[in-house]
Amino acid sequence: MAGAFWGIVEDDRQGNPKKVMAEVLGEAGRLAAKAGGQAEAVWLTDKATEAGLKQLAEWGAKRVLLLEGAPFAPYRGEVWSAALADLAGKESPKAILAPVSTRLRELMARLAARMGAGLSADCTALTLDGDRLVATRPVYSGKILAKMTWAKTPWMATLRPNVFRPGDAQPGAAPAVEKPSITAAAAMLKFVERREESATGLPELTEAEIVVSGGRGLKGPENFVILESLAKVIGAAVGASRAAVDAGWRPHRFQIGQTGRTISPKLYLGFGISGAIQHLAGMRTSKIICAINKDPEAPIFKIADYGIVGDLFEVAPALEQEFKKLLEK
Amino acid sequence: MKILVMVKQVPDTATQVKISGNPKAIETTGITWIVSPYDEFAIEEALRIKEKRGEGEVVAVTLGPDRAKEALRSCLAMGADRAVHLLDAAWDGADTLTTARAIAALLKQEAPGLALFGRQAIDDDMGAVAAQVAELLGWPCASWIMEEAVDAGATSVRVARQVEGGLEVFDLPLPAVVSAQKGLNEPRYPTLKGIMGAKKKEIKDVKGADLGLASEPPALTVVTLEPLPARPPGRIIQGEPAEAAKELVRALREDAKAI
Repeated sequence: MAGAFWGIVEDDRQGNPKKVMAEVLGEAGRLAAKAGGQAEAVWLTDKATEAGLKQLAEWGAKRVLLLEGAPFAPYRGEVWSAALADLAGKESPKAILAPVSTRLRELMARLAARMGAGLSADCTALTLDGDRLVATRPVYSGKILAKMTWAKTPWMATLRPNVFRPGDAQPGAAPAVEKPSITAAAAMLKFVERREESATGLPELTEAEIVVSGGRGLKGPENFVILESLAKVIGAAVGASRAAVDAGWRPHRFQIGQTGRTISPKLYLGFGISGAIQHLAGMRTSKIICAINKDPEAPIFKIADYGIVGDLFEVAPALEQEFKKLLEK
Repeated sequence: MKILVMVKQVPDTATQVKISGNPKAIETTGITWIVSPYDEFAIEEALRIKEKRGEGEVVAVTLGPDRAKEALRSCLAMGADRAVHLLDAAWDGADTLTTARAIAALLKQEAPGLALFGRQAIDDDMGAVAAQVAELLGWPCASWIMEEAVDAGATSVRVARQVEGGLEVFDLPLPAVVSAQKGLNEPRYPTLKGIMGAKKKEIKDVKGADLGLASEPPALTVVTLEPLPARPPGRIIQGEPAEAAKELVRALREDAKAI
């Protein structure tokens, strides 16, 4: 409805919204409560599950606008942006929010261009200031925070995962689902195939609540098993510094930093990582940062909440044992 | 086939960046400027397409102040044939949409087969312009590409785009917009001959009026820039590895409540 705060749904392509939607809908709900409006989820998918719809309601969506149909999978920007622009034209939302993901980043840019709206990407805070919204976003390798505002509504923003607080869960909330009639535009992109990455059995890097990361100090690709073993115990994703990726020890998709992924986990553990600016750019908004490095002068200690100056080949297995003891309690 | 490659001049990652007297801008004196790294992948890919086909033209494009010409010269030294500088005081403080409108208007005039961008510029990290240009032109678009192959007749391009959990492969009819992700290629260094040759290549200045564009206010503006708040001082945990590990896990659980 007019004045609503939309959360565009990111899902697992199997009909289930991703956990990050709890954060996006939580923020949409908080802003809507102040601005006078309500949080609504907008979901484009080829198949929504009942459980998924219920989940969106429990995370705070007062209304779910479901655009369900085969043309919406796989994601193609030209199809999604046309459908969403059509829906936004009818509904006049006050804000359109989405989590940062590869496809939603692109989608939001396209939609903003189509609607002539402003887009603030990868935000780490949103604040209502009178009748305007102000976004905070890290720029220049995260060395500076830029506060941005919009000339008009809809305010469009993508939100960095793990930064925004989920709303209070509303167990048992029934989803108010509507299926607007929107005709999907013809696709220009022709789908050929999807190549799955070899499963690591560990969480996706950008979504993980805990990230264990390794750098040059690991001395070789074979030693990443030490971090993987630790990561399995605490349910963490394993990342790498640019030095480790450029040395060919890990594929690029595991790189954290300016020319890799930006992460913001609740807990970051860096092993044998010096903390070059380009690495910090990708992880400095992590809540708790731990660094294990044998060089006491390593720059990463300057931003670490906890540091151990020592040999990671001794510290990492000891940490694994301690975490095991703790979690078995 | 003609290929346009859009690049942005940005501060070098390692350079000190300070907020200027105007709190909406950074202090630009003393900064080392570079071509944004993802844009180098885009230039490299364009050169490879031309070399593989044995024909074509690579045009480097930037929007920015006078100093941005240096970024274009780097592209010409790498092997681009000519360059276009979108240079107009009206574009100071341009947001992504204003930038996209200018580039889209240029692409209409130049009518290339392919428009290549970097995935995002490493100064403001918006990562929006490529997709916005595609939307404005109604061209197909693929972001974060790791592989690319233009067909023999230059009618379509097959790309693999990086997504969470894998790669998605698509065919796009040309003309199309694609943005480069790290891993697409390894950019070359300019040779001395390239650097000397670049001085003779054309850099054309283009204003908004040349593209038939009227000045429009930006949809997103900077309120202020702020330095990053300092993190509270950290704690170095002393002791033998086993002892230190035990204390770190305790602190993470009891003090930080992080696990």
